[in-house]
Amino acid sequence: MTAVEDPAAPVDAPAKEVGQARRRKEDARLITGRTTWTDNMVLPGMLHLAVLRSPVAHGRITHLDVSAAKERGGVVAVYTGRDLAEEQGSLPCAWPVTPDMVNPGHPSIAVDQVNHVGEAVAIVVARSRTAAADALEAIDVDYEPLPVVLDMEQAVQDGSPLVHDSTSSNTSYHFVFDAGEAGTGADTDGAFADAEVTVSRRFVQQRLIPAFMEPRSVVVQPSGDSYTMWSATQIPHILRVMAAMVTGIPEHKLRVIAPDVGGGFGGKLQVNPEEILCLLIARRLGKPVKWTETRSESLMTAHHGRDQVQFIDIAADRDGTVRGLRVRLLADMGAYLRLITPGVPALGAFMFPGIYKFPAYRFECDGVFTNKVPTDAYRGAGRPEATFAIERIMDELAVELDMDPLELRRKNWIGAEEFPFTTVAGLEYDSGDYHQATEQALQLIGYDELRAEQRRRRESGDPVQLGIGFSTFTEMCGLAPSRVLGSLAFGAGGWEQASIRMLPTGKVEVVTGSTPHGQGHETAWSQIVADQLGVPFEDVEVLHGDTAISSRGLDTYGSRSLVVGGTAVVKAAEKVVQKARVIAAHLLEASEDDLEFTGGKFTVRGTPGAGVGIQEVALAIFAAHDYPEGIEPSIDAEATFDPENFSFPHGTHICAMEVDTETGFVKIRKYACVDDVGTIVNPLIVEGQVHGGLAQGIAQALYEEAIYDADGNLTTGSFVDYLVPAASDLPHFDTGNTVHAATSNPLGAKGVGEAGCIASTPAVVNAALDAVRHLGVSDIRMPLTPERVWRAVHQGGDGGDRAAAGSNAQGASAAEAAAASTDPSSNGSHL
Amino acid sequence: MTQINVRVDGASYQDDVEPRTLLVHYLREQLGKVGTVVGCDTSNCGACTVHLDGHAVKSCTVLAVQADGCQVTTIEGVATGEGPTATLHPVQRAFHEMHGLQCGFCTPGMIMASIDLLEENPDPSDEEVREGIEGNLCRCTGYQNIVRAVRQAAAEMSGTAADDPKAEPAAVDTAAAEHVAVQA
Amino acid sequence: MIPAPFAYARPTTVEEALQAIADGGEDVKVLAGGQSLIPVMRLRLAAPETVVDLTRVEGLRGVREEGDQLVVGAMTTHADVLTDPLLARYGQLVVQATETVADRQVRRRGTFGGALAHADPAGDLPAVALALDAEFVIAGSGGRRTVAAADFFVDYLTTVLEEGELLVEIRLPKLGEDWGVRYEKFNRVAQAWSIVAVAAAVRREGGRIAEARIGLTNMGPTPLRASATEAALVGVDVSMETVTAAAAQAAEGTSPSNDLNAQADYRQHLAQVLTRRAVAAAAGL
Repeated sequence: MTAVEDPAAPVDAPAKEVGQARRRKEDARLITGRTTWTDNMVLPGMLHLAVLRSPVAHGRITHLDVSAAKERGGVVAVYTGRDLAEEQGSLPCAWPVTPDMVNPGHPSIAVDQVNHVGEAVAIVVARSRTAAADALEAIDVDYEPLPVVLDMEQAVQDGSPLVHDSTSSNTSYHFVFDAGEAGTGADTDGAFADAEVTVSRRFVQQRLIPAFMEPRSVVVQPSGDSYTMWSATQIPHILRVMAAMVTGIPEHKLRVIAPDVGGGFGGKLQVNPEEILCLLIARRLGKPVKWTETRSESLMTAHHGRDQVQFIDIAADRDGTVRGLRVRLLADMGAYLRLITPGVPALGAFMFPGIYKFPAYRFECDGVFTNKVPTDAYRGAGRPEATFAIERIMDELAVELDMDPLELRRKNWIGAEEFPFTTVAGLEYDSGDYHQATEQALQLIGYDELRAEQRRRRESGDPVQLGIGFSTFTEMCGLAPSRVLGSLAFGAGGWEQASIRMLPTGKVEVVTGSTPHGQGHETAWSQIVADQLGVPFEDVEVLHGDTAISSRGLDTYGSRSLVVGGTAVVKAAEKVVQKARVIAAHLLEASEDDLEFTGGKFTVRGTPGAGVGIQEVALAIFAAHDYPEGIEPSIDAEATFDPENFSFPHGTHICAMEVDTETGFVKIRKYACVDDVGTIVNPLIVEGQVHGGLAQGIAQALYEEAIYDADGNLTTGSFVDYLVPAASDLPHFDTGNTVHAATSNPLGAKGVGEAGCIASTPAVVNAALDAVRHLGVSDIRMPLTPERVWRAVHQGGDGGDRAAAGSNAQGASAAEAAAASTDPSSNGSHL
Repeated sequence: MTQINVRVDGASYQDDVEPRTLLVHYLREQLGKVGTVVGCDTSNCGACTVHLDGHAVKSCTVLAVQADGCQVTTIEGVATGEGPTATLHPVQRAFHEMHGLQCGFCTPGMIMASIDLLEENPDPSDEEVREGIEGNLCRCTGYQNIVRAVRQAAAEMSGTAADDPKAEPAAVDTAAAEHVAVQA
Repeated sequence: MIPAPFAYARPTTVEEALQAIADGGEDVKVLAGGQSLIPVMRLRLAAPETVVDLTRVEGLRGVREEGDQLVVGAMTTHADVLTDPLLARYGQLVVQATETVADRQVRRRGTFGGALAHADPAGDLPAVALALDAEFVIAGSGGRRTVAAADFFVDYLTTVLEEGELLVEIRLPKLGEDWGVRYEKFNRVAQAWSIVAVAAAVRREGGRIAEARIGLTNMGPTPLRASATEAALVGVDVSMETVTAAAAQAAEGTSPSNDLNAQADYRQHLAQVLTRRAVAAAAGL
């Protein structure tokens, strides 16, 4: 069902690399422990940083004495916010989504006031990690507490305490997209006024933590007036530009290297306070410095994701034809605006209509400040939130209309023959077949048998009920057409860069501006280049992640790497072939027009036997003894690709869920999905991306939630309480694909990094609800803790708030926690 | 400072350590065994898993002084031979073959835990593998290909796998693997 | 995170250990398997002056038979418990509960005695020890004393162990073939601690229940016995009806906490459901 075969291909053509399940080149070092994580770096004279973090969510620093810490053994320096105030600038926010958006600025280290628990207050620089950590305990700080703002719905009320004194309210911005005003749809209020049926719901997108496995780590080495920064980042290129602008270090004096990076999921799409602080301190001391976070620091201070309250209304005819969609969001910014904090909900704004033909649509969003760590990109960034809302409300509408949820979807989705299709949000969907994907998914999961079992369990009153939930989703990938980003006021373009260097021995270096952190670029790019240049897969080396090697790039996020970065590689390879063709013609004493290029070889049409390989051309042009006049002796090439449109992967995800009505425990019985991610370069990598996305999307539905207590402490501050699922907590996934090539790039690829994460969450929640809807349940808040499910079943409502106290496990008594409160990096409250 | 004698990946070391030094920090910072990594501070993630006297432990929850007189095997010591000609452990090979890793940060611990599991249970079911590696968190893979890899390694180690290590991942596999095989 | 500095002692006998504890200053922590203590020290929620490591103390590891009792050394690891032939035969309730403790790496290091002395109410083994009326043998400078499980657990993370004392072994009754057991654990993910768990041992005589022992995990600051349920089960016919009726009293006298995973009323509900399931399974239903 997924093979991409070309029956017309000549039999003697070399096997195409694209489409092969190539095992990854990256693995060799990763499975043997020969990896270069940033924290592995050791430099002569290197000093270690430890950060004292605020234990209060909102307060004025009234007293800060670091003198005793400076006297501790091995301590070289201690800095406060006051010490660095003049030079630290503000961390950048690249996405002012409205012209009047309020950005109070974001110091890397607090100067007078702290606005969330975990904010940096002082930094110890010492000769060892241990000495630095020990000296934190000698710092004396007093805070004058300020009222803590935590709840968005209260924060936007008149008279609410303010997170920032300098602002007139806690609302950072009000962003509106109205299809009627934009000319992409009808008047929404009118559509609702005329509607036969309307359904309104309030959904909560809980706060999540990206929880990449490799903690963040930064090393900065000064050399004269130049600096090299190694960072566990997704975005070395963006970081370089931003860090130069923030610190005043000239861009050409700053080199940023992302070595092996252990996952990101958007969580490392950031300019972190500690990256700036390491630069500032390395500049002051003239010594290499390192900072590596603990997991507690990571959960508490690395940016979080999601955290929206969604008010969504849908209008339809009695026969199920949808008439309008209205969305109002409150989006929690946290205490500050980081790199794309305000833009995340705006990215989702265009995806709420999903795959359905709504004639009218209006979206409004308020970005709200609270005394929590900022939110920002997390796998899907805006699109999971949108997909959740639309796929949940479609089920609610189906219930209201007493229709089968799949029938309602079929009635309203875009037909395969209607592509390209311009949606009510103004996006042009490229290709797909929602019907085909759905039929395959139904087969894959064994739908009819599951429905039969569901009936049996209902009829027998089994305490374990079965439910089936759907998510028929699409998303926008391939970020992004630069003009579109410009129209949305994003601070950069969305192009990507690649260059190809043909080495004298015929080996090929591919330099990509898209920096991987687990995705397998080295393998996939090698496959692409092997096909384009006709060279062996093994002869291709992919270089990335170092601004001195890959000078231009916009890095990895938004399922953009293959779609945009891979296309840049194709374009660069085409240029290499073009340049080589001129030289090959010269060497073969033939006309360029008579040359054919297949399998890495230029041959002369009509002259059997005459030919030269592109790898031989590389050697010839290295020697440069004999080449045409008027050209440069090089076949190296570079290309920058700026897409003209997004790509739109889609798919149908089906979850079968068992709900133990006695305990509220939910267990996924089966999960099947069929995704259309366009042309597949490497099916193994694609499948892996889908699996990983599913795990994270399911985890949002069932397990993960960042919870703050009433004082603004992060209760889920360790993996004891922030529940990242283990192998035994997740089901087997049955996955499949349909292939409808993207039309916006020559590879036909649509992007796969976020699909599983975006699609799965509503399928899981819809499944749980389907299991217990006959018991009067119409919503359960995420994550579906057993307690919430049990309360919803037995007490009505959506399961309500969870208690905010941490689990008592692992044995930290209250007394011990209080005694440890002088060590804010552990913050006392999380055990 | 306390003196310890340990044998790590086949070499003997005598070192003075502070009693509070965690085994993982000793391995990384004093011996340069940076293949073993630290992923959390509550003993949940398992990224730091090594073998202590032949059994998998979390080296962030063992003091270096407790390893005195012990044999430690890290991810850097499970292959035989050196350099490009080294022979990978079947579990390492299977993680590669089955795409059981993405970013690779959890992989050293995951491999060390899996080797330990297979020594106790040479032919685990999917469910037994999932339970056997429940002390190791992976954020990338969704675990399915890790389960597949461990079972493939089990088959290879017991001699029931296809001789050709490049063989398609069919023997122990599932609907999803067929899907991969079809595409390949 | 790195623990705060401490002095380290590694005695090889119980006497040396007691001496090391006595000499260790104000705040001494005894390190058994370290699987709870070391994380707490890493987070600097505990910063003892001295750590006394029992790993090398002879005679504290292993299981032996003494008459109608099994004697489990305090330093017997969870992994040891899972492979011990005596426990396999007479201590299935301990084995079942131990299988659910943390993960295989932690079970390699963590110890039976350490888990009991730590007395975390969310830990799995205290409720088992309580249900079985285990006896705790405690060594101190004045010699040894034996304390019943009912007296051992005093409060949250607090046992009857005095400063300067050491738990050296735990005595468990051998449960013969007329006993059925079940440890019924309820948690959200594999790594999570019990929200509630129930340890049940049931002795059948013919079609009736002769004796039932039920321990509750995480239903209060200490492990608890479901005494009302135990009493209600004595002498009843083995049936789902009788078990269900008795289990309805399982939460009597409990005082569970409110936290992220569950609020008290839900925990009390779970205790009833899990007790019914555990007893039913133990009784062979």
